[in-house]
Amino acid sequence: MKNIFAFIFGGLFSLGLMISGMSNPEKVLGFLDIFGQWDISLMFVMLGAIAVAFIPFQKAIKNPKTIFNEQIQLPMNTQIDQRLIAGAFIFGIGWGIAGICPAPALTLIGLGHFEALYFVVAMLLGMFIYRVLNKGN
Amino acid sequence: MSNIVYALLGGFLLGIATVGYLYINGRIVGVSGLIAQILMPSKDTFKGSAFWFIAGLVITPVVYGYFYHPQIEIKANVFALILAGLLVGFGTRLGSGCTSGHGICGMSRLSKRSMIATAVFMFAGMLTVYIIHHVLD
Repeated sequence: MKNIFAFIFGGLFSLGLMISGMSNPEKVLGFLDIFGQWDISLMFVMLGAIAVAFIPFQKAIKNPKTIFNEQIQLPMNTQIDQRLIAGAFIFGIGWGIAGICPAPALTLIGLGHFEALYFVVAMLLGMFIYRVLNKGN
Repeated sequence: MSNIVYALLGGFLLGIATVGYLYINGRIVGVSGLIAQILMPSKDTFKGSAFWFIAGLVITPVVYGYFYHPQIEIKANVFALILAGLLVGFGTRLGSGCTSGHGICGMSRLSKRSMIATAVFMFAGMLTVYIIHHVLD
């Protein structure tokens, strides 16, 4: 039952990516190109998402219970360390090279843009390398 | 202008999907984290909401693609796609999140950690685009 909802939310998420333009790598690169023909429209994707999510997330912090009265698991780590900064920086470089981040990568495959498979397989490999280097973490 | 409207609408959908997953499945939507969770499949993988969210994310565009053809342009070559994928996979694990987990959920939680991560990956993305398209090109 809950998994049916998870499937629907994944679907809504990909619809959001496709409608907003986030699933178009060239558009994402235009958004990151602040010294070129800057396409600022994608800023509104994040603003729209946060506008919807902000109050429910703040409520979940105060009362972390699902509608089934189960515990909502929020990230506990508040440490701002080198791993966070280095990881975000490395991710940003990859994002800037191809204009693709993890969710749109999967959406592109679904849309039949199979050249995105090079990206996805490499991404899985990158995650796997991280796991091997961080055994036990 | 219509670009901004679509960006906002898409953003609302991302927000709805994130809030739904939080209040029904009890977790934040961090797509890189969900992918990493199902990277090493076990017996229980198919029982978990991560798998079903990702399934919805991939399968919905297959259906959507029958009716609409969202504009998609991938200019990166094979080498760039592979390099980008490796960096995105490794970086999102090291930095514990991507555009969804840090950018949408973390910002909505007002997590300092996520705000810093989001600022860093946006900066790195913009810097990378600047170097590739205005320095090297």
